[in-house]
Amino acid sequence: MNRWLPFEWITAVRFLREGRLQTIFIIGGISIGVAVIVFMSAMLAGLQANFVKRVLTSQPQIQLLAPDQVARPLRNAKGEIEDPIVQRPSQRVISIDQWPKIRSQMQAMPEVVTVSPTILGSVLVVRGDASRSVTLSGVEPDSYFRIVKVPDYIVAGEARLTSEDIIIGIELAKDLGATVGDKLNVRAASGATRVLTISGLVDLGNKGVNQRASYAALRTAQSLLGMIGGVTTIDMTVTDIYAAEDIAQRIQAANAVEADSWIKTNAQFFTAVKAQQTTNTLIRLFVGLSVAFGIAAVLIVSVIQRSKDIGILRAMGTSRGQILRVFLVQGGLLGFIGSLFGAAMGAFALVYWHAVARQADGTELFPLILERSLFLYTALLATITGLLAAMAPAVRAAKLDPVVAIRG
Amino acid sequence: MASEILRLEKVCKAYNVGLPAETEVLHGIDLELDHGEFLALMGPSGSGKSTLLNIVGLLDRPTSGRLVIKGQDTAAMGDGEITHLRGHTIGFVFQYHLLISAFTARENVMMPMLVDRGFPSAEIEARANRLLAQVGLEKFAGNLANNMSGGQQQRVAVARALAMNPDLVLADEPTGNLDSKSADAVFELMRQVNRDSGTSFLLVTHNMELARRCDRIIEVVDGRIQA
Ligand SMILES: Nc1ncnc2c1ncn2[C@@H]1O[C@H](COP(=O)(O)OP(=O)(O)OP(=O)(O)O)[C@@H](O)[C@H]1O
Ligand SMILES: [Mg+2]
Repeated sequence: MNRWLPFEWITAVRFLREGRLQTIFIIGGISIGVAVIVFMSAMLAGLQANFVKRVLTSQPQIQLLAPDQVARPLRNAKGEIEDPIVQRPSQRVISIDQWPKIRSQMQAMPEVVTVSPTILGSVLVVRGDASRSVTLSGVEPDSYFRIVKVPDYIVAGEARLTSEDIIIGIELAKDLGATVGDKLNVRAASGATRVLTISGLVDLGNKGVNQRASYAALRTAQSLLGMIGGVTTIDMTVTDIYAAEDIAQRIQAANAVEADSWIKTNAQFFTAVKAQQTTNTLIRLFVGLSVAFGIAAVLIVSVIQRSKDIGILRAMGTSRGQILRVFLVQGGLLGFIGSLFGAAMGAFALVYWHAVARQADGTELFPLILERSLFLYTALLATITGLLAAMAPAVRAAKLDPVVAIRG
Repeated sequence: MASEILRLEKVCKAYNVGLPAETEVLHGIDLELDHGEFLALMGPSGSGKSTLLNIVGLLDRPTSGRLVIKGQDTAAMGDGEITHLRGHTIGFVFQYHLLISAFTARENVMMPMLVDRGFPSAEIEARANRLLAQVGLEKFAGNLANNMSGGQQQRVAVARALAMNPDLVLADEPTGNLDSKSADAVFELMRQVNRDSGTSFLLVTHNMELARRCDRIIEVVDGRIQA
């Protein structure tokens, strides 16, 4: 007997050990349940983390835009009649009013990490006979590359943006039959034209984007788009990515700008995550319940099988409370041991699936995230489930009439 | 203090009280047991011997009447007090289901002390070893309960009953399942303990030959003590 274990633990362990097959099978059942939960939770967290990482390195977390231009009909003054239909005006590309002031305000906010003014506009790129309409982003590379990790996505050339450079998507390069070092004719709607040299090709992971993306220096783009000194968006990153929507709303309320967070622009993704999480919670709940019922069933049978032992223990002075605890400890131990095996099984399945499941391009489907907290949390939950499940059998054991039990 | 360890006054016991099947099994039992006395309880099957023993052993409560153990009236005691008194003053030897099969012989003997103290200790283990030696089973201390003969198990059960150094040992047909040689050994063991340490014994038996070797014989017939 272990000197450090109290009576209840010693007896609980012995009862479980003597119950051999019963114990092994129920621990197997608990393990499978725990493994499912661990595997599912970790994979979901991985997929989510992967997506978030992708989004956050290819999109600004908050983007400030010039507010919508609205038609202001004349109010019914004397002799004027309001048109019942107010047509939405076509949106001109206009600069954010007083953007340097807004930028410095943003930089002063403690939640904000990086601020980068950007100009966006449509241009036509022409090379020989080929021409494509693309979105030109005029950026300040120093700050912008900290928001959108263009250098990470460069597949040829380099992420250099002097006033004569342009970085384009790889699909666009294919369409134009151009490569690094080639010159492109870039023409704005106004007719302004510049000749820029391809300094790098980027692969942003999406064919449509790769066909339309192009980056130039801020000043180059400003002069091409005919907005000297103007910017159309201010891109930002923040310290807490999940607070982005809150921060965006505060900015919008305090300034004459529209602020979009990545959370809003990727609302679909978050809806999907929500749905996933609801499903996940339901699965957890039902797995937990079936584990609990399994433990309870095994212990109820054990109480009946051991009624004579319980009677003898009671006859030698064991209190109801001690008997109760002997069975509670059994439940808790089953849950805990099951969770250890289950966590190991879940982790093994994750490692295996991580190695086997690949995306179309051969990269990992989800990053392997084995957080210690997930295992601790699961073990704790399984132990508590075991304790709760043991409640009814334990009470039954404690209430057993020793006379009946001994006569058996 | 009176010299008796146990006193029953007009103890009645009915089963299924309040139900149509209500039956009174014991009808006003008066009984006294002195310190150090070795009493044999005899009687035909179904006469109420086990019922009486369960009441004396505080496993069951009388329907009416008084049960006084070591000068304490047990009627007003709660379950916790009763359990404590039982653990400290009474040892049991049963006919069936002698030992707890999940434990070894030594551990079975340690059990009552473990239940009382909460944790095992070298002292408890040493006492268990001494008791096993006393019943002549030191060689079997590490055996699981099921790996011993019936007579050996019953001797372990006697050692266990003595673990808490009780004032009274209740034995309900402890030799009923044993061959006559083992039965004799178990009986002699109890008699020896009784002589050496003055522990009182209340022994239910159908064996007239053994009963005659006790200090006193009482016969229960139909829930009454026969003169
Ligand atoms: N829980 C119970 N409910 C109803 N009747 C009971 C109960 N326990 C015992 N009895 C009845 O009480 C009577 C006495 O039983 P008890 O077991 O005390 O007899 P006994 O003298 O020990 O017999 P034996 O020598 O066969 O062991 C019997 O008629 C029995 O049927
Ligand atoms: Mg009987």
